[in-house]
Amino acid sequence: MIPIKLKGRKISRGCAKGEVLLSRDPISFLGNVDPKTGVVIEENHALEGKSIQNKVLVFPHGKGSTVGSYVMYQLKKNGVAPAAIINLETEPIVAVGAIISEIPLVDMLERNPYEVLNNGDFVLVNGSKGYIELLKQETIKTENE
Amino acid sequence: MYLTKEEEQILNGDAGETLRQAIEILVTLGDIYGADRLIPIKSAQIAGVSYKTMGDAGLEWISDLQGKVKVPAILNPAGMDLQDWERLRISPEFAEKQKLIVQAYEKLGIRCECTCTPYTLEGFDVGYGDHLAWSESSAVSYANSVLGARTNREGGPSALSAALLGKTANYGFHLDENRVPEISFDVEYPLKGSDYGALGYVAGNLAGSKVPVFHLRSTPDADELKALGAAMAASGAVALYHVEEVTPEICRVNFEEPSEKITIEKSQLDEVYESLKKACKEPELITIGCPHCSAAELEKAAKLLRGKTVSKEFWIFTSRELAKRYPEYVGTIEESGAKVVCDTCMVVSPATNSYSCVMVNSGKALAYVPGMCGAEAVYGSMEACVEEAVGGAAKNVAKKGGDSN
Repeated sequence: MIPIKLKGRKISRGCAKGEVLLSRDPISFLGNVDPKTGVVIEENHALEGKSIQNKVLVFPHGKGSTVGSYVMYQLKKNGVAPAAIINLETEPIVAVGAIISEIPLVDMLERNPYEVLNNGDFVLVNGSKGYIELLKQETIKTENE
Repeated sequence: MYLTKEEEQILNGDAGETLRQAIEILVTLGDIYGADRLIPIKSAQIAGVSYKTMGDAGLEWISDLQGKVKVPAILNPAGMDLQDWERLRISPEFAEKQKLIVQAYEKLGIRCECTCTPYTLEGFDVGYGDHLAWSESSAVSYANSVLGARTNREGGPSALSAALLGKTANYGFHLDENRVPEISFDVEYPLKGSDYGALGYVAGNLAGSKVPVFHLRSTPDADELKALGAAMAASGAVALYHVEEVTPEICRVNFEEPSEKITIEKSQLDEVYESLKKACKEPELITIGCPHCSAAELEKAAKLLRGKTVSKEFWIFTSRELAKRYPEYVGTIEESGAKVVCDTCMVVSPATNSYSCVMVNSGKALAYVPGMCGAEAVYGSMEACVEEAVGGAAKNVAKKGGDSN
């Protein structure tokens, strides 16, 4: 296959690869994610019970308390942070959290990531240059929610 | 966003990792909100101080930073009185972490006075049109509205970044076009004292993040404006408001009247006071000082408590500088058995968590105490709070409601 490359907006610099984990629900890092394990603990969240560790985490935008920025830092220090983040449109809590935690982040991709990406795809996120690249598509379709 | 050559170099890391990260935070926020450039600020006020809210992660992040702030910078309330923390039964483990947080800030050259009313302190003056990077929501509202300065609602890391660089991104409330009234509130009867906190509690819910203009039948003083703004910043996200013929900007700028108009009825404010009557149980703890008490409020509390003895826990929060400046008020208050507590408040201190019903005279505390302290919050004037604390007729106080001021 030809790798798909999508341009977006640079939010937090750096470059990382990982497996895609999609959430259509917004994420509040304060209270929704266990900072020790990286597991989503919010009840009825699309990702409840799943770990975000080393994933390319795709979610629309953040929500909740500004303290969420520090929780992202805690995830990083505990080695359970996502490898990279893709947002539809980043808001300040997640932007600041990604910068202080050195998690590459791009948003506002030229195509809707939910139409292009599936859970399990292998993706590169370049936050310094502002693009993502789909390196390996998941052939066996997993639940795409 | 346009950056000077020097700013480009900082972004490339030429001035070290701390400043590189600081400018990356400001430039990213600037790009998100459409800023054209960075602008110099006069001072910074940094939220994210209480160990209760920021935890080990926040402590680690600040501890890893290097360098010194470039403008006067000060902190928001911590989770405890930094000198006399045992009095409110703070655990030694919490106290240890809290001290580490404050020391980490101190290392960066920040004034380690922890207050939500920095504008009352010596050497922290703010003038009309000054650009600031403040993050305590009530201080932001006061600076923008009552002093006519300009600041966004900064988060902890962005205010700290601004302090380290001496600059912030030019967007939001730094720009004229975002300071225009968007919603008008008419209140057709005169207000006094805690009525302003009740009004703010109601209006904040209605305004959301819009800029309101108030048409009032009474002229609020500085403390009443402080209470109004603090409550609106808590029940809504109001960072700037105008009061016709009172606040400085609307007196200088000819704003057009917004098309969205709301009349606030007396019954809406009465409902706020009725929280006391409707409470599941009697308040076990009475608190005043959210935001921190001014000199005038300390004086008033002292006057009300003179010669009385409280029969319930009664905490009065203020900044350490004001407590030191007015030992006679503090003395009178403490003779009654009430406690004057510095550096912290009922919202961010874990001490409040051990009570199930708290009486407050602050619309801001009324909005935050239930979620942040797990306690029911009820509202009353300062007079009603004092009566409740001295074991006076709680039921009579509740009946008086809004008239009791």
